[in-house]
Amino acid sequence: MKTFPIGGIHPSDNKEWSKDKSIECIDLPNEVMIPMIQHIGAPATPVVQKGDKVLTGQLVGQAGGFVSANIHSPISGTVTSIDSYPNGQGQRLTMVVIKREGDEWVESIDRSTELKRECSLTPAEIIAKIKDAGVVGLGGAQFPTHVKLSIPDGQKAEMLIVNGVECEPYLTSDYRNMMERAEMMLTGIEILMRAIGVERALIGVENNKPDAIAHLNEVIARDAYRGIEVVPLKMRYPQGGEKQLIAALTGRQVAPPPALPISEGVVVSNASTAIAVYEAVQKNKPLIERVVTITGKSLGSTHNFMTRFGTSLDYLLSFSGGLPEGDVKVLNGGPMMGRAIVDTSAPIIKGCSGITILSGAEAARGKESACIKCAKCVSVCPMGLEPYLLSRLAKLQKWDVAEEHNTIDCIECGCCSYTCPSNLPLLDYIRIGKQTVMANIRSRAIANKK
Amino acid sequence: MNTLVLTVLTLSVLGILLAVILYFVAQKFHVEEDPRIDDVEKMLPGANCGGCGFAGCRAMADALVTRENIASLFCPVAGGQTMKNIAGFLGKTAPEKEPMVATIRCGGTCQKRPKVNHYDGAMNCAVVNSFYVGESACAYGCIGYGDCVSACKFGALSLNTETGLVEVNPDKCTACGACVKACPKGLIELRKKWPKNRAVYVACRSKNRGAVVMKACKAGCIGCGKCAKVCAFDAITIDNNLAYIDSEKCKLCRKCVNECPTGAIHLENMDPLPKEPKVVATPKSEVAK
Repeated sequence: MKTFPIGGIHPSDNKEWSKDKSIECIDLPNEVMIPMIQHIGAPATPVVQKGDKVLTGQLVGQAGGFVSANIHSPISGTVTSIDSYPNGQGQRLTMVVIKREGDEWVESIDRSTELKRECSLTPAEIIAKIKDAGVVGLGGAQFPTHVKLSIPDGQKAEMLIVNGVECEPYLTSDYRNMMERAEMMLTGIEILMRAIGVERALIGVENNKPDAIAHLNEVIARDAYRGIEVVPLKMRYPQGGEKQLIAALTGRQVAPPPALPISEGVVVSNASTAIAVYEAVQKNKPLIERVVTITGKSLGSTHNFMTRFGTSLDYLLSFSGGLPEGDVKVLNGGPMMGRAIVDTSAPIIKGCSGITILSGAEAARGKESACIKCAKCVSVCPMGLEPYLLSRLAKLQKWDVAEEHNTIDCIECGCCSYTCPSNLPLLDYIRIGKQTVMANIRSRAIANKK
Repeated sequence: MNTLVLTVLTLSVLGILLAVILYFVAQKFHVEEDPRIDDVEKMLPGANCGGCGFAGCRAMADALVTRENIASLFCPVAGGQTMKNIAGFLGKTAPEKEPMVATIRCGGTCQKRPKVNHYDGAMNCAVVNSFYVGESACAYGCIGYGDCVSACKFGALSLNTETGLVEVNPDKCTACGACVKACPKGLIELRKKWPKNRAVYVACRSKNRGAVVMKACKAGCIGCGKCAKVCAFDAITIDNNLAYIDSEKCKLCRKCVNECPTGAIHLENMDPLPKEPKVVATPKSEVAK
């Protein structure tokens, strides 16, 4: 069975807590807060004003550039405020607050549930529709999908890779989508293939989800989806990393930044994103909701909710009996790459595939001691870097040396911190180094242009 | 015995030979350098802190000797007197600069700015700042893991574990500016140093609206503007819900300190003005007559 060539770890996947909970639709929240930045790139500009009536699916934030995404109202109601509010990390962002009145949708959206498979649009039309709908990568990185599909001149895509790996422990939203909405996903994949002009698509799924693999294969055979192949992968974290997945499925190595997967003839998209693409192109439905896993061993109950964006975390947690007593760690995402949330009144955004609740004891880091030079971090790094060195260089602020040691290649998967027997916060420091080096490279590029 | 003599002889001959070669090489590649650079370097403090903007004291000495106009060069560690001595030695006009001191503009102690979450990652302010706003609800306040303390080469900064804030020892501070660069929240400012380390400054950097500040911290500036109204020297400006006292214009009159409703304006090494100003009493007694 295939997997990526170097590094990686095997954390317990903990998916059993929520994997059998089917996708639930919940009562709409009475109020949503929509941040104007839910994507990589320039923030969107609000196009509504306080007091405006909006419909579900109406544009509220216009993309602020090519690398940016539109933002639509997830509910219908009245805009009560446009101001800065704290996000999950306490950082204040511009948000549009909408109070709900009923659930009226924009007329052009097709709300029927039947599958619409035929698509005769040209690639440019498909990309335009995806752009209008504000679709971004739902795996977590929130990269605008239309940018990814706009292939630069002189390069050609050979195949589409669909990321159904979901290697992050606990999370099951992609899994539930594959189990319950496979037809929509596969149609979305067909549309994506059409948009980039390829005949072949590989769906990578880890072998801890055998029923998803079987179900997808069954639907592909039954409904004759041509050129789409499901490839089972040997379970290993971080298989869902873009470069790791490409290496696992095709054996190709993407060069270090600024090279993109397209330089190897590959475009990678998340499995849930394919559903968003299907809805955007075939149903004219903008990206206003997604499946969010609410999970954790200490929670009253676990769920996979179909959640409108802007819904507060508190509202979702109320269905699980609220936060457990005592110290807890609330994560936007899973335990490996998720970001800790300090304010549970914060809204759910496009990149949030799940909320993981860890008890204080589960989340506690071990006591730090000195590096014993065991090189475990080096052997688990999927990018072939030397984490102990990069961490030390960042601590000493030797940014130029860190750059020579390719610190910007780091994908922040956290394998090094996970495996360190001395409990060193390796990734914490590497991220600082990576951010500083990237800022240095950018300012150098600007200086060179002048 | 023979071996011993042979060894000593060989090494001596080798030593003399190499010395001769070195002598001629030194003659050939001799670099003419102003001997005053060495003298000036000796007069500088030798901390190599980079506070002057040069890589170290040697580079600074070189610039002082070679440049015509040294008005823009100043060693904050040595201070005005040493700079005057150096300028006198070189026959140039000394740069004039008032002494400065690093000031930490956050008054959010553990009591006034309660912690709302617990952080257990790397104990480093820059790391905390890259993750989220910090353990308190204030996005602008001191994180308290001491990046500035480790950046200070003069031991002028220390972390007070009771308040959770960093404190400056003005007598040790040389205003080199290393801490200013180290603070990810931009809390530290170099301000004019008054005699006896007196100081008046706004100990807050929060640009949030008053209501938001009050929720997060009881010692924050709410941008009410009362201080700016009483200031007779136009030293106080309000920008983005935040008061700022210009240390060049401030005359330490202390009127603003009594006006501040949250106590965000800090007064150091001075007694505050009496709460009820005496001047008010005089007209009242006149009315009574």
